[in-house]
Amino acid sequence: MLRTLLIDVGKALYLFSGLMGLAAILTWMERKQSALMQDRVGANRARIFGLRLLGLPHIITDAVKLLTKEDFVPAGVPTWLHALAPWVTLTVACLPAAAIPFGHVLPWGGQAIELQLMDMQVGLVYALAIASMAIYGVILAGWVTRNKWAVLGSLRAAAQLIGFGVVLGISLIGPVLLYGTLNLQEMVHWQDTTVLHGWLPRWGIFFQPLAFLVFLTVGIAETKRIPFDLPEGESEIIGYFLEYSGMKFGAFFLADFIETVVVAMLTVTVFLGGWSVPYLSADQGGFVWPWGAHTAVPPAGVALLQMAAFWVKVFAVCWLLLLIRWTLPRFRIDQAVRLGWQYLLPLSVLNTFGTAAVLLIVGQ
Amino acid sequence: MPGQFKKVRRPPDNWWVRSYLPAILQGLWITARHFFRNLFIFTAHRFGLLRHVRAGVVYQWPEDPRPVAPRYRGRHRLLKRPDGTPRCVACYMCETICPAECIHIIPQEVPDPFIEKAPKAFYIDLSKCIFCGYCVEACPEDAIRMDVFDFRLAGYDRFQMVLDMETLLNSEPSVPDK
Repeated sequence: MLRTLLIDVGKALYLFSGLMGLAAILTWMERKQSALMQDRVGANRARIFGLRLLGLPHIITDAVKLLTKEDFVPAGVPTWLHALAPWVTLTVACLPAAAIPFGHVLPWGGQAIELQLMDMQVGLVYALAIASMAIYGVILAGWVTRNKWAVLGSLRAAAQLIGFGVVLGISLIGPVLLYGTLNLQEMVHWQDTTVLHGWLPRWGIFFQPLAFLVFLTVGIAETKRIPFDLPEGESEIIGYFLEYSGMKFGAFFLADFIETVVVAMLTVTVFLGGWSVPYLSADQGGFVWPWGAHTAVPPAGVALLQMAAFWVKVFAVCWLLLLIRWTLPRFRIDQAVRLGWQYLLPLSVLNTFGTAAVLLIVGQ
Repeated sequence: MPGQFKKVRRPPDNWWVRSYLPAILQGLWITARHFFRNLFIFTAHRFGLLRHVRAGVVYQWPEDPRPVAPRYRGRHRLLKRPDGTPRCVACYMCETICPAECIHIIPQEVPDPFIEKAPKAFYIDLSKCIFCGYCVEACPEDAIRMDVFDFRLAGYDRFQMVLDMETLLNSEPSVPDK
């Protein structure tokens, strides 16, 4: 009993620290990657004991700055409601990660530890349901601060997130039909093999490219970042967290990065084979190369490789999301809503029917 | 003239162009190319390689001072005669032409009959100066030039922004005198 509890706490700590650590690193990556993309150097002035460490101390200076800034609450606003909004946003942003499998099993003391926080049959539905709740914190933030511009920002957010939330669900029906399960761990198991005589990993992206494209687009919209940052638009159109300062603002900002990581995790799990390492098979006890060779890997090594592969893939998708964020301009609200309802929704419905038809034909 | 125009045919974009995907991919390709090029060169710089190739276009001021063109119009400087006295004859040309009224000269008599006057004090208020260079143009004696390329002109109060004659006379030019 105690052992199970300790294992669960350990897994939660591992996943949470991975999530938060990656989100914190993304704040650094956002600066450095955009700098490199724009032929600049990027933030490099903060230093610890004279060490600049490629600008990494800026993560700490950001936190210190946000914690020591004035925590402004507008007059006539209930303080507890004002404080509630960022924490709702932050909590809801973290929760979907609980359903994500970050590895298969880890052999530990003669026992196999399932590397997933919550092994649910409806893991995907849970993740999407929690992700759709992100709108509550956003609406609360705009509405409670009694500021017209903040309310307009929340309305834009509501229009965008509801429209794209529908597409988010429907775009994943194709993969779900293909895998025949809503269980995220089983989805990864389906992908943890190869096709084309062992050459190509059986990843969802190769079977559902359209769903991948639509899901990635909608995922970016759900993170409320450029090119879909209409709810925020810090520099011009002013968003829902207008009346927030200090760490409360920081919570909203961090929530965006956490959502980026969570969207990357979902993308990796559904489309990029999750924790599976190409050509690595746990049953065969090592790598089975397409040309017939075999490299033995001990079971613990297999588990660690798979855990590492998950983070490597998540990191790569985060890099892609940042690349998109620093390349594309922002949509107008009517363009974003039209894109969601008039193009992405029919496309995802089409993909669902197409997948179903193909599966029906192949199944017969 | 009526009837004399050429109608340019604008074929409607096909669905592939209107999906924005080719443009987006092109943009991502460009930014990704810059990213990897700069990442490679910065990493090479860390190991002391490819020093002659610049990564990025930024000057890491103040460690890496930005080169200044010789024609740059910098801070003022007063020139001296060979005997060390100021070349300025306190003719008020610069003070008169100055649109910002930042030059203030107090003249004095000099014993030398071939020199009209000399400044007793010469102040330039840099907080008012607009760096137009009219004073240099107006000077009949080539006594003032703007070739001190120090652009870190900052002070804790307005009085620190006023240069006196001693500072002006003892400033070194950033490019050698012709």
